[in-house]
Amino acid sequence: MASSIRVRATSNGDITEVQALIQHPMDTGLVKNPNGELIPAHYIKELKFECNGKDVFVANWGTAVSKDPYVKFSFKGAKKGDELKISWTDNKGGSDTTTAKIA
Amino acid sequence: MTTTTGPHPTRRLILQGAASVALIGLGNLLFAASPARAAANDKYPEEAFKQKSEADAIKALYGKTAEPSDKVKLDAPEIAENGGVVPVSVTTTLDKVTSISFFVAENPFALAASYKIADGTIPGVANRLKMAKTTKLVAIVEADGKLYSATKEVKVTVGGCGG
Repeated sequence: MASSIRVRATSNGDITEVQALIQHPMDTGLVKNPNGELIPAHYIKELKFECNGKDVFVANWGTAVSKDPYVKFSFKGAKKGDELKISWTDNKGGSDTTTAKIA
Repeated sequence: MTTTTGPHPTRRLILQGAASVALIGLGNLLFAASPARAAANDKYPEEAFKQKSEADAIKALYGKTAEPSDKVKLDAPEIAENGGVVPVSVTTTLDKVTSISFFVAENPFALAASYKIADGTIPGVANRLKMAKTTKLVAIVEADGKLYSATKEVKVTVGGCGG
């Protein structure tokens, strides 16, 4: 199965720029379906980026993050070829993990 | 404490009573102080995400108030044609940044996203948020234990048909 996470991590000397795009409905629990029933909340709560055994960036999300979330940040201390591990967990106990090589 | 043989039994009881009251008081204080440190530990800030107003959410997440700072740069569109996908980003020149959070004042729940910034991570983040209507967007940067904020009004014209 294809991963729900798409990551691009590019090294620019000392700084690694990370962009991630995740497929997730991010339902707020406030929207009704065409039959007038509430669509239950379903959203990513935590998204974590680890590099060389260290958490470099942790996101705590609520329902106000857009569908198929996107996030971008940069960090120091990694080099080309290092592995970046990305994992998320949602409010229904779902999760996914992937790794990306820093290019 | 069934028998009291001392010369002033009542006085001793009162003192003991006072001591235990003081202890309970101390316990409450410690308990009350813990939400203030919620942002610093690793737990998901469940309570903060349930707060409806932006002020309550900031309080639940950080336990303190923020002061506006021109060192926090909040980038968001003046007009968002689609309130479901509003690109927003924050950068800052502040040192020792430990977290960055986004609050959307008019949303059903004000806190949208909170990011923990590790040592060595550049204090800046870009993401996309949902906005229910035209609203004030607040970004908070926690740096060296203090909170700094930047605010921007975003006009939301849902689906591009006015609002």
